[in-house]
Amino acid sequence: MKSTRHKVGAFLFTLPALLLLLVFLVYPAILTVRMSLDTGAGLRLTKFVGLDNFRQLSNDRLFLDLGSMSGAVINNALWLVLYVGSCLGFGLLVAALADRVSYERIVKTIFFAPLAIAATAAGVIWLLVYAPQANIGILNGILGAAGVDPVGWLGLRLTVNYAIIAAAVWAGTGLVVVILSAAIKAVPDELIEAAMLDGASPRQSFRHIVMPLIAIPISVVVVTLAISVIKVFDIVYVMSHGGPSGASRVIGYTYYVQTFELDRGGPGAAAAVVMILVTIPIMMLNVRRFQGQEPGQ
Amino acid sequence: MSGSALANLKSGGRRWPIHLTLLVLSVIWILPVLGVTITSLRRPADISATGWWTVLQDPRLTLDNYANVINSLGFGKAFLNSILITVPSTVLPIAIGSLAAFAFAWLRFWGRRTLFLIVVALMVLPVQAGFVPILQMFSALGLNRWYVGIWLAHTAFALPFAIFLLRGFFVQLPRELLESAQIDGASRLRTFWQIVIPLSRPALASLAVFQFLWVWNELLMNLIFVSNGDLQPLTVHTAALLSTYGQQFDILSASAVLLMIVPLLVFLALQRYFVRGIVAGAVK
Repeated sequence: MKSTRHKVGAFLFTLPALLLLLVFLVYPAILTVRMSLDTGAGLRLTKFVGLDNFRQLSNDRLFLDLGSMSGAVINNALWLVLYVGSCLGFGLLVAALADRVSYERIVKTIFFAPLAIAATAAGVIWLLVYAPQANIGILNGILGAAGVDPVGWLGLRLTVNYAIIAAAVWAGTGLVVVILSAAIKAVPDELIEAAMLDGASPRQSFRHIVMPLIAIPISVVVVTLAISVIKVFDIVYVMSHGGPSGASRVIGYTYYVQTFELDRGGPGAAAAVVMILVTIPIMMLNVRRFQGQEPGQ
Repeated sequence: MSGSALANLKSGGRRWPIHLTLLVLSVIWILPVLGVTITSLRRPADISATGWWTVLQDPRLTLDNYANVINSLGFGKAFLNSILITVPSTVLPIAIGSLAAFAFAWLRFWGRRTLFLIVVALMVLPVQAGFVPILQMFSALGLNRWYVGIWLAHTAFALPFAIFLLRGFFVQLPRELLESAQIDGASRLRTFWQIVIPLSRPALASLAVFQFLWVWNELLMNLIFVSNGDLQPLTVHTAALLSTYGQQFDILSASAVLLMIVPLLVFLALQRYFVRGIVAGAVK
C-alpha cells in the first residue's frame, strides 16, 4: 500500500508537464492529422476527403513542381543542401582555425552573436545588405564599384532563395562553431602531438585524428540544422513573404498561406503533417542516442 | 583542454593564411550588423543619399529614428510586451520541466521509461501541428485576449527539450547525495528543492538563457497566438512594419536594433551559459 502511494506520488511530479503536453501537443496534433483528411474549410472539420489534400498539394505548382524543379518542397531541399552544407563548412573552418590563434575568444564571439539575434532582426539586417539601390545596400554598392548594375536580389525568382539562405547561413553558422569548437577542444593534445612527432602535417593530423573524433558532434549538428530547415518560416516571412509570386515559399510557409491567408484548414494541416513526416526519420537519429542514459552511471 | 599542442606545432608553418581567413570571415560577419546599427543612427535624408559605409566622410548622427519608432510607432509598448511575454514563458517551463525531469531521473513509477521516451519524441512536433486546434481552444476560453495563452503555448512547446536537457543533467548528480537525503527522511520535494536544484544551477541557467532568447526572438507563435494588437511583442511589431515601411531603412534599422539589443546584452553578459545551453542541447 505504502509503496503504491509512494509511486503515485512520484508520478505527480510529472503531472503538470504531462497535462500541458497532452493539451497543447498531443491532442492538437491528433486533430491536425484528422484535419489533413478533411476539406477543413474555414478551419473547421467539414467533410472527410481522405488523402485529397495531399494529392492537391502535390499538384500545387507552388508546393511541388518537378517539371521546373520549383515549389516549397524543392526550396526546402535547396535549403537542406545549401544551408546545412554552408553552415557546416564555414563553422568547421572557423572552429578549426580559431583553435589555433590567440584571439580565439574574439573570433568566436563574432560568430556566436548572430545566434542571439531574432530571425526577424536578421531579416531586416539582410534586407539592408541586399537593398536594390547601390547607395543603400552594400552588396550592390560593392558590385557598383566593380561596374555591375544593381540587382534586386529578393525580387528575382533566380536569386531570392540563395539570398535568403545566405542570410540564414550568417545567422546559423555560430551554432556549428559553438558545438564543433567544444568538440575540437576535447580532442586530447597528446594524440595530436604523437601524430606530429610521427611526421604528420597539421592538415593530416586534423583530417585523420581530429575529424574522426568529432564525427558524432558533426552528425548532431547536421541533424539539428536539418530539423531547423524543415521548420524554417520567420526569415522567409520577413525577407520575401514567400515571393516573388511564391518563388521562395517553403513547406512551413505553405502551411501559413493555406491556413491563415486562405482559411483552408485541410491543405494547411496536410502541409503540417508533411513537416512531421519529414522530421521523424531525422529525429530518430538523435533519439537513439537518448536511450542509453540511466542514473548514476 | 586547449588547442595549445596544435598551436605550438603549427608555429613552424606559415600562419598568415589562418589570420587572413579569419579576418575576412570576421569582417563579413560583422558588416551586416554594423551596417544596420550605423543606418539606425543616420538621418533619413543621409540614408537615401549615401551608403552607410561612407559615414566617416560626413559623420552626422542622430537618435531621431529611435525616438520616432518608440514614440510614434508603439515600440515602447512592444518592448514591454516582449518582456511580459518572455519572462513567464521562461520561468514556467523551467519550473514545470525540472519537476518532471527530477521524477524521470530519480523516482520510480510505472511507465517512467516509456513516458520519458514519448516526451522526448514530442520534439518532432512543429508548432504548425498545433496552431489551429490551440487557437480554437484559446478563442473558446478567451485566453488569447491576454498573455496567458501565449505563456502556456510557449511553455508546452518548450517542455520536451527542457525535460530532456534537465534529466540529462540530473542523472549525473552523485547518487550517494540523493540517497543519503532519502535516508534522512527528507521528503522527495525537499530533496528536489534543497539538493537537486542548488546543484543544478549551471544547467538551469543555461536553459533559462536559451529559452529567454528563444521566446524573445520567436515570431510565428506570437504572430498567431497574440491576436490583441496592444499585446504584440517586438518581433510581430517589426514584421508588421515591413509591409508598411518596406524600404524605409531609418525606421526598419532602428526597430531591428531595438529588437536585438536585449538578446545581444544577455548574450554578452551570460555567454558562458548561452554556449553551454547550446552545446548541451545538441551534443547530449
